[in-house]
Amino acid sequence: MELLFQQIFNGLTIGSVYTLVALGLTLVFGILHVPNFAHGAFYMVGAYITLMMMVGFGFNYWVAIIASVAVVALLGVVTQQLIFKKLEGADGMRMMVAAIGILLFLEAFGQFMWGTEYYRMDTPYSSVVNLFGLTVTLQRLLIIIAAIILMLALHFFLTKTMIGAAIIAMAQNREGAFLVGINANQVAWLTFAIAGGLAAAAASLASPINLVFPTMGNLVIMKAFVIIIIGGMGSIPGAIIGGYLLGLTESIGATYISSDYKDVIAFLLLVVILTAKPTGLFTKGVQ
Amino acid sequence: MPNVLSKRTMMIMLTAVAILFPLVFKNMYLLQLLTLVFIWSIAVYGFNIISGYVGYLSLAHAGFFAIGAYGVGLLTTKAELPYWISLFLAVIITALAGALVGVIALRTKSHFFAIYTMCVGVIIYLLIDKWDSLTGGVRGLIGISPPGNIGPITFDSLTSQYYLALSFLILTIFICYRIVHSLLGRTFIAIRNSEELAKTIGISIMKNQLLAFTLSALFAGLSGALYASFIRFIGPQISAITVTFEMLMYLLVGGIGTLAGPLVGTLIVISLTQSLQFLEEYRMLIFGPVVVLLVLYYPRGITGSIETFIRKRKLQKVNLRKEEHEVKRDVGEAG
Repeated sequence: MELLFQQIFNGLTIGSVYTLVALGLTLVFGILHVPNFAHGAFYMVGAYITLMMMVGFGFNYWVAIIASVAVVALLGVVTQQLIFKKLEGADGMRMMVAAIGILLFLEAFGQFMWGTEYYRMDTPYSSVVNLFGLTVTLQRLLIIIAAIILMLALHFFLTKTMIGAAIIAMAQNREGAFLVGINANQVAWLTFAIAGGLAAAAASLASPINLVFPTMGNLVIMKAFVIIIIGGMGSIPGAIIGGYLLGLTESIGATYISSDYKDVIAFLLLVVILTAKPTGLFTKGVQ
Repeated sequence: MPNVLSKRTMMIMLTAVAILFPLVFKNMYLLQLLTLVFIWSIAVYGFNIISGYVGYLSLAHAGFFAIGAYGVGLLTTKAELPYWISLFLAVIITALAGALVGVIALRTKSHFFAIYTMCVGVIIYLLIDKWDSLTGGVRGLIGISPPGNIGPITFDSLTSQYYLALSFLILTIFICYRIVHSLLGRTFIAIRNSEELAKTIGISIMKNQLLAFTLSALFAGLSGALYASFIRFIGPQISAITVTFEMLMYLLVGGIGTLAGPLVGTLIVISLTQSLQFLEEYRMLIFGPVVVLLVLYYPRGITGSIETFIRKRKLQKVNLRKEEHEVKRDVGEAG
């Protein structure tokens, strides 16, 4: 029984990371209407910048995270303004290929800047605490708490502020949003900034329990795609439910089924879901 | 000079150059490089059918390439079947796998299709990587047999392998040429341009898409099978999504949805990569932005842009002639 609880806790930890990445992806989907393949590269860059700030400049963990969030948010804005803005109205294939181009560049850039070695990220929170009879590292606890805080902040931003409401409006109905005078450009770059920031935060939180390397974003982003399809493209509650669901399935599946094939679970899950329902689980209306 | 530079003569000339090449240049390195270019081009032609003509971005292409490669590898090393039977079986298995994936994947549309096929690709990769007892896992598969003899013809030398790859490439291009210039090709393009419109004129979307997807998998499998017997070593890395991206890049540079595009793109990108050896690791620093710039400004790649340019020139000439004609007529009427 204790093993099960331990695995549930681990599942919540990775689920938190997946959710943060999937949230950014789902928000950007509302703007682009295609999946942003470059999102995983944002995740990777976020981890490296935090690491660089801590090791290179000796910043405190939290300061490093804030700096990394800012840099990756800016990176998101730059890609949106330089590339995606110009592709507005283009067919989905061109947008997806552009996103793949950005991904290839950023991955090579990561390799060029920081090499292919695997780095560890040391944080002040590596101590072990006892939580209701479970022994857990503080960092894992921190990931869960930070993710919840970020999700709440995002929720209040989207529901209580004008700009947040504009983002939601644009995702719901593009033409309608234009009609009521929403500044599409502002909404677009802001969404990219938020998505980039969330990716950087997720990466910085997850790196101490994983490792930092140039292709670290690949598997995470592919799983984030799975999540937003399970949760419905563009749906925020869907991304949260999907993220935790996948985290728990993986961590329990790894213990009770096979740890070798734990990464397959996510993709099999998606293949099964799309086979049964080709437009995803919670999709609204016609695709 | 009407027919000197027509498509047909150009094709015949290019084929002649390719056939004569090994007789003139005895450079082993170049031959090796060109053989690889030919082999990869076959896969990119397959990619072009589904992504270029039908307009569905299939991200499982490297997975099918790997099925073909591992098919030949396993059938020759573990089942110890003769080479040509293995090659045939590997291609058929890949096409069947393609048809199976296609039946389900093609029910999804646009980005769902891209993500679905991406997941299929990842599953293929993870299976190859983890199924140690069958595929050898990360250690890969070694000692794959080279192409077997056909009667008196042997494929021991590099030159003979060059000709083998070349003949398969010519066959591939010929099939693609026939498809594109037939009703089937036009049907594919009709689906790309508008599925609804195609449906209203009585085109069966699913049937045609499935055919295109199966064909694309078949060519990927053929390419993979040839690759395995040429390199004679394969690892799970050949099924990684980065390989699909690489093929996408070849296609994009050459020209997506054009007949010459796959060969032009593969030739240019692979030779550039080889001549920029020092960049090997970081070549995406250049090619990543190139992909983005192409998508932004030249979405039809090199071949497509040249085609557009020639068409514009022709149109200009026609217009000029028309004007001349009108001027003459006006003068005639005035006189």
